[in-house]
Amino acid sequence: MGSDGTSGADRPEGKHMHAVDPATLQVIGKPWRKVDARSRVTGQTRFADDLKLPRMLFCKLLRSTVAHARIVSVDTSAAEALPGVHAVLRGEELPNTFGILPVSQDEHTLCYDKVRFIGDPVVAIAAVDEDTAWDACRLVKVEYEKLDVVTDVFEAAKQEDNRIHDYGRGGNLHRQEHLEFGDMDAGFAESDLVREDVFFFEGNTHLPMEEHSTLAFRDPDGKVTVMSSTQTPHYLHKALSKVLVDHVPAHKIRVIACPNGGGFGGKSDPFNHEIAAAALSIKTGRPVKITLTREEVFQTHRGRHPVLMKSRIGVTKTGRIKALDFETHLDGGAYGSYGTASTFYTGALQTVTYPVENYHFRGARWFTNKAPCGPKRGHGTPQPRFGLEVQLDKIAVELGINPAVLRRQNLVDAHSLTANWMRIGSMGLGTCIDKVVEGSGFLERWGKQPYGKGIGIACSSYLSGAGLPIYWNAMPHSGVQLKLDRSGLVTVFCGSTDIGQGSNSILAYIVAEVFGLEPQDLRIVTSDTDLTPVDLGSYSSRVTVMTGNAALQAAERAREMIVGPVADKLEVPKGRLTFAGGRVFDCEDPERGMSFAEAVQIAEAKLGTLGTTGSYRPPRAAARFKGGGVGPSPSYSYTAAIVEVDVDPETGIYKVPKIWVAHDIGRALNPALVVGQVEGSVYMGLGEAMMEEMSYRGNRFGVHKIPSMLEYKTPTSMEMPEVVTWIVEDPDPNGPFGAKEAGQGPLLPIMPAVANAVYDAVGVRVDEVPVTPEKVFDAMQKKARGQEGRYGPNELPSIEWPEPRRVRTPWQGGTGVEVEREATEARS
Amino acid sequence: MTAPKVLGGFVVNGERHQTAFQPHRTLLEVLREDLDLTGTKHGCELGECGACTVLVDGTPVLSCLVLALEAQGKDVTTIEGLADGPDLHPLQDFFAELGASQCGYCSAGFMLAAKKLLEDNPDPTRDEIRRALSGNICRCTGYIKIFEAVELAARRLRGEDATPSREALHGQ
Repeated sequence: MGSDGTSGADRPEGKHMHAVDPATLQVIGKPWRKVDARSRVTGQTRFADDLKLPRMLFCKLLRSTVAHARIVSVDTSAAEALPGVHAVLRGEELPNTFGILPVSQDEHTLCYDKVRFIGDPVVAIAAVDEDTAWDACRLVKVEYEKLDVVTDVFEAAKQEDNRIHDYGRGGNLHRQEHLEFGDMDAGFAESDLVREDVFFFEGNTHLPMEEHSTLAFRDPDGKVTVMSSTQTPHYLHKALSKVLVDHVPAHKIRVIACPNGGGFGGKSDPFNHEIAAAALSIKTGRPVKITLTREEVFQTHRGRHPVLMKSRIGVTKTGRIKALDFETHLDGGAYGSYGTASTFYTGALQTVTYPVENYHFRGARWFTNKAPCGPKRGHGTPQPRFGLEVQLDKIAVELGINPAVLRRQNLVDAHSLTANWMRIGSMGLGTCIDKVVEGSGFLERWGKQPYGKGIGIACSSYLSGAGLPIYWNAMPHSGVQLKLDRSGLVTVFCGSTDIGQGSNSILAYIVAEVFGLEPQDLRIVTSDTDLTPVDLGSYSSRVTVMTGNAALQAAERAREMIVGPVADKLEVPKGRLTFAGGRVFDCEDPERGMSFAEAVQIAEAKLGTLGTTGSYRPPRAAARFKGGGVGPSPSYSYTAAIVEVDVDPETGIYKVPKIWVAHDIGRALNPALVVGQVEGSVYMGLGEAMMEEMSYRGNRFGVHKIPSMLEYKTPTSMEMPEVVTWIVEDPDPNGPFGAKEAGQGPLLPIMPAVANAVYDAVGVRVDEVPVTPEKVFDAMQKKARGQEGRYGPNELPSIEWPEPRRVRTPWQGGTGVEVEREATEARS
Repeated sequence: MTAPKVLGGFVVNGERHQTAFQPHRTLLEVLREDLDLTGTKHGCELGECGACTVLVDGTPVLSCLVLALEAQGKDVTTIEGLADGPDLHPLQDFFAELGASQCGYCSAGFMLAAKKLLEDNPDPTRDEIRRALSGNICRCTGYIKIFEAVELAARRLRGEDATPSREALHGQ
């Protein structure tokens, strides 16, 4: 261990090459095809449900038909007797709980004491085919003793004695966080303008095209393999190890994450169906596959939390934020999932775009009897970002400043600390704003177009990976192993999972760059807990920065191994050796050299079998207060977006003809993949802004209204507007070659930019997502009647808050810990 | 479910197949589970997402809504039949080139629907492409790279120069 408590191997080591001259790069920065592009366009990519094994059985889950009930009895005898049924698994057979976070281990593989939402699984059945498994499910008799149903945060607060879980902060309150940075009273006193707004962001879901699927089998020697559509094979491995501890030890469990047919955060939790399939494969001794139906995917959910929030903000005449007081209430659904992190995320990133001098955050997460919420693209940050960006728009109007100018003149500094101790690295938001403003003609158009035509701006920022792992440990977040073969083949082993974003390709580009090879020539082996070193998973936009740095370290170590023996052989100083075009040669005399394969052979002859490892752990966060573990990241990406709308004043129906977006990626390892992530984020954000919502029937019984792709509206090819994209490159010292994230940040500004554009078009505020035509129409009606032209909520549940954890800001001379601890630390 | 199996014959991607299946099985199920043509995907099995699109006698159909029996004796084209041996079809080539296939799960359905469009209309406008593909959902790309890939494939199929724009690959 190092003196600071970290292990030496994973400390950010050596150079991340962010300052490298792009002109010298051979692979990085070029629009290569993805290494697996060919298999994806020919139908050869094997997703989990495409797998098939001899003697395979099919699993189905009997799910709860009621939203909240005690289970009185479960009679599976008729199901067991049905010909073709091989095994029935009941809840009490697997009493160990699981859950993604150590603080909320609140799920059973199958419920046996109570059910908490419609879709909670009760029995799992393995049969010769799916039809038989379904038939057997229908023969199971479950007797429920119904309990009152809780469907929103107000009900959750009211029904204090009708507890969904017996842990948390009491009643149905799962988490409650209270943090204060700086002097709020002074901040508001120094403000020229103070306003308070209440916003609501409705929940929505990932809707990946691929329905979750898992195939599990037990080898004759007792090892269990689980192949699954998961974004987090390592965490699934941990959950399986915990639940199946009496059946198979951790080292005999192998998890292989199949390529994901879309993830967006929806395949990041360990799931009941994955554990049930594994347990049934042990029980039957045969391979067991389960594939969810689309309705079950809606029930599995873990999507965007509905968030009700209030923001009180104080600004100067120029729009500088003197004080921000933010309160969020998250409707968590039936289980903990990532909810503790989600709660903190609704308060973590308000400070990283525009400086906030004093900051106060209160966040509460409530249990309700609906499908559990979790992380969806942007995880907990799009909701408060919507509130903040719409509120800034209102402030710009009140102050008479163009909203783009207001933002542009109030940006956080690069390489600075925020009020809540987030460490900003490179910061290209100013350039992003300039690009979209100029491209769209925003300054000439905002507030100056005919009634019905509108244009709106919003900005955002997102993490390049979470600073802390999900369970506390001092090990690397990402590991890469390289194997160099005499043929010249380099094999890259890494636990990361390609969910379509191109993480396999990123590994290839970085290693190919170091060795002067073509990315397609490498072999990439990923997401297999038996073969690949741990990577924590494809979530929190962590993969490019973390696997990238690990791969860079492994490749540079291997290059170092090759350089010595080859320099000796060529009788050239080591520093003059260049790796390019599949050769290793003297840069002053390129003829003097050899193929990469020969170089590997010479090194292997001298050093023995060639292989290296590389690993990465994020730098230690500046935030050391309790609750400061969520929000710190190696770097933050920045995005500015401008949305144009065309609103029909008669109906409120609006169209979005065009969007301009600029994203500060640090450095684009592959610009084509970055453009793809930006366009995809814009699309998904537009869906959230305009139409997507998880809605429950009458909000009474907890029945999902629309669990189908037809009724859950998403933008189709007909609604997708023209998108003009700029990649802004402001290399970050913590990123491999300066790279930051691209997959989530560009989604965030779309929802507030749409709402702001609607205001510009027809002069009404919809303080709620989605901004549906009905809401626009309602607000226009109100305005026509002389009322406030606004649609949105007005109140939050009224609850007691514990004392805040008070932390002094960097400019108050704070040290990143609570005031009380500061005193203790000073004494010692 | 004990319905007796029936014997069906199809020509899939130019190859003759005979297989026995229960009469309620869909073309999607028979292709994937009996003929091991897993390149055809499913996202809903209710005719809502377009992922299972295949061509039957050259016309796009949702294979989850077609009984295998209905396709008896017909010519079926799946994604496995789109390339000419090792040579990718122009649609596949540009889907790969532009990143129009991110996770790739919806790609087969899009490309087969687009193949028919380009046969009927070799020079479609952007709006015509939007309309032809409006029954297929993609959650990764935002459709833009798909439109551009179809336009480039159309150009190449017409024998014209087909090079992606700088903006498509690098942004502005």
